[in-house]
Amino acid sequence: MTEAANPERLLFATTTQSFLEKEASLARVRELHDAGISFEPDWWRRAAELGWTSLLVPEELGGGSVSGGVSGGVKDLALVAEIAGKTVAPGPLHPVSIVLSALADAPEGHESAIEALIAGEAVASWAVYEPGQAWAPLEPTVTATRTDSGYRIDGVKDRVEAGADSSLLLVVAACDGAVRQFLVPTDSPGVRIERQHSLDLVKSYARVQFNGVEVDASAAVGTAEQTADLIARQSQIALMLQCAEIVGVLDTVLAFTIQWGFDRHSFGRPLGSYQALKHKYADLKIWFEACRATTNAAVAEVADRSPAADRAVSVAKSYVGEYAPGMIQNCIQLHGGIGVTWEHDLHLFLRRVTLYRSLYGTPEDHNLRVYALTELESAS
Amino acid sequence: MTETTSAPGTTETVEEFAARARAWLAENMPRIDPENPPLRDRGEEGPWLRARELQKKLWEGGFAGICFPREYGGLGLPIEYQKAFDQESRHYELPIILNTPTFTICAATILDTGSEEQKRQHISAALRGEEVLVQLLSEPSGGSDLAGVITRADRKGDKWVINGAKTWSTSAFAADYGLMLARTNWDVPKHEGLTMFLVPMKSPGITLRRIKQINGSIEFCEEFFDNLELGDDAVIGEVNGGWAVASRQLYHERRAVGGGSEFASGIGAEGKTDVPIDYVKILAAVGQSDNERLREMAGRALVHRAVRDQLIDHVYHGVLDGSLPPASGSIIRITHADIHALEFDTVLSITGSSGVVDVGDDLLKFGERYLTRQTAALGGGTTEIARNIIGERVLGFPREYAADRGVPFKDVKRNKS
Repeated sequence: MTEAANPERLLFATTTQSFLEKEASLARVRELHDAGISFEPDWWRRAAELGWTSLLVPEELGGGSVSGGVSGGVKDLALVAEIAGKTVAPGPLHPVSIVLSALADAPEGHESAIEALIAGEAVASWAVYEPGQAWAPLEPTVTATRTDSGYRIDGVKDRVEAGADSSLLLVVAACDGAVRQFLVPTDSPGVRIERQHSLDLVKSYARVQFNGVEVDASAAVGTAEQTADLIARQSQIALMLQCAEIVGVLDTVLAFTIQWGFDRHSFGRPLGSYQALKHKYADLKIWFEACRATTNAAVAEVADRSPAADRAVSVAKSYVGEYAPGMIQNCIQLHGGIGVTWEHDLHLFLRRVTLYRSLYGTPEDHNLRVYALTELESAS
Repeated sequence: MTETTSAPGTTETVEEFAARARAWLAENMPRIDPENPPLRDRGEEGPWLRARELQKKLWEGGFAGICFPREYGGLGLPIEYQKAFDQESRHYELPIILNTPTFTICAATILDTGSEEQKRQHISAALRGEEVLVQLLSEPSGGSDLAGVITRADRKGDKWVINGAKTWSTSAFAADYGLMLARTNWDVPKHEGLTMFLVPMKSPGITLRRIKQINGSIEFCEEFFDNLELGDDAVIGEVNGGWAVASRQLYHERRAVGGGSEFASGIGAEGKTDVPIDYVKILAAVGQSDNERLREMAGRALVHRAVRDQLIDHVYHGVLDGSLPPASGSIIRITHADIHALEFDTVLSITGSSGVVDVGDDLLKFGERYLTRQTAALGGGTTEIARNIIGERVLGFPREYAADRGVPFKDVKRNKS
């Protein structure tokens, strides 16, 4: 994923990496977990200062990227996610990026929110899932009803990442027979947020109830006609970030598991000299390169806003989501008993990867989507 | 990555080249429907004669050997030009059966290891459609242990006299020359006493027999050598340096098997056993277009197919820029076998009883394809060996124990007869 040719990008990567190694180490992730904290707002502000939050926003709206424009920014953002995966870093990189991708494409009336999100002073999340429902972003039951001054929002969302730590939510709702999105401050009267625990040590989610929440007309993000495209783009960013972060996780876990194969001796031989284990390692290497290949391909399509981006992110999510958890389970097996202890870091990685496997569509959901897209192509 | 990648020899952009190819193809090559390509049986003579004619047309049109160096009859262009040509030529009939092994393995190896004269003679003859090349490597006595071959080449005066047998040679019946590995010194360890020869297939002293496979294909051959005589000009590389040549063949073969060679031209199906599976059509044929379980299964196979293509590209460029070692070609080789297994398993499930009894819906062929599933995991070197290669030469783990290492070949234990 790293295009080392650009020295500015290399510097950006190095700065990001040293910041994360210093301030979001695995030890720090454990501390946050013990303290019941998801991430610290001040830490996120400093992360934002490194440029993470400006990547999907064009320069005229206060954004920018080292690789040039929003297209380059998509690639830079994937690089940040990959590096974050190396220490399963905390923080709202995914939800903030998803919301910013929508606001950047439909900025009217949201300039100050964009500014606050880029500065890391505000945190926003996408309220898209609904209780009891699978991944279906275009089928909301939450409603937005027109009022004299704007809209009234009613209903329940859940699995809202960092929902309890967000000041803004981008809510998907049904409005006059169309799907629309609204940017709703979490301190609005009628908003009730309950934290939901996840498998991950630091990533938390929330159930959010909207009881007659009144917002101005300006809360709408994009027009009704625009919304399907905005949601498609938001989904692409969400899936791309998951895959890129998982590639970072796998890169790290494979590196120390391969090293273990050289260092650990049984019956007077290194583990990696046994053919049964050597073949397991070979499969890990094959699947890892495949995960990287399909993620890179998806990132490139999303960066280009290509018509093939929908299919590319579903292909990547299906493959990476299917393989990555099993790969880490194999790494646990290769480590032996130490691999299933709380003390060893393997479970931190397994938790993050398993979480991502099943959010924003399971591999099975995306298999269905790839089939449907193929069916559509062959019909035309 | 390899010595065979040559520098660009043109100022024409990829787009200009593609436009010129488009115009030329429309004028000169027969059009086909890429979804329903003409079904060619590689085991028959006809398709080979046809391929030679088509290759001659490509040569005359100036589109043969896009990535082969100019001095040997190619165009000396980078892979992007070949890929552009592949896209442009999807709707035309191309001599695809000449890709492997003629171009991707044999000509590529001659380019790496042959003498100047051999390169000038054989690469350009192949590009003109005048020579089909094959590999004569495996022997009836052994499979994966290639360096343990026992076909012998003995020095008699100024000639080499060959005795022994080779097997699993792809389409040897249609070939003009074969790259044949033989033992020339029995007193040294196995890798050090081998020599590669380029054998004219129509020589006296060679008896050829077809091998019939599970699916009825008779493409593969077995050859018996009885006092076949060759001159020194038939030696490729050094005498007793045959393993270095064979290693280049294996390297090119692993890349080619998965579809990762720049020397392949055209991307369509090779023949009736190679047509991509159209799941949408098959679900409709079994009346299950809305069956979510089958749609999901088919979707998964389509995902894996797409990832295979992305992986080939990733590994090709990774080896080229040095981020992956050359032995990573084996990643492509294994993925090729895995996708075959997944696709044939999937289609067997989806077709249900129509895949096993001919009820007139033309789906029995998918059951037949399932029966040959393992050929993709065996041909071009088994996946077990490929996993050893990744473990040892990509990840660096210790080599497997070999009882014949450092032992003069004549003292190595062989099959009990």
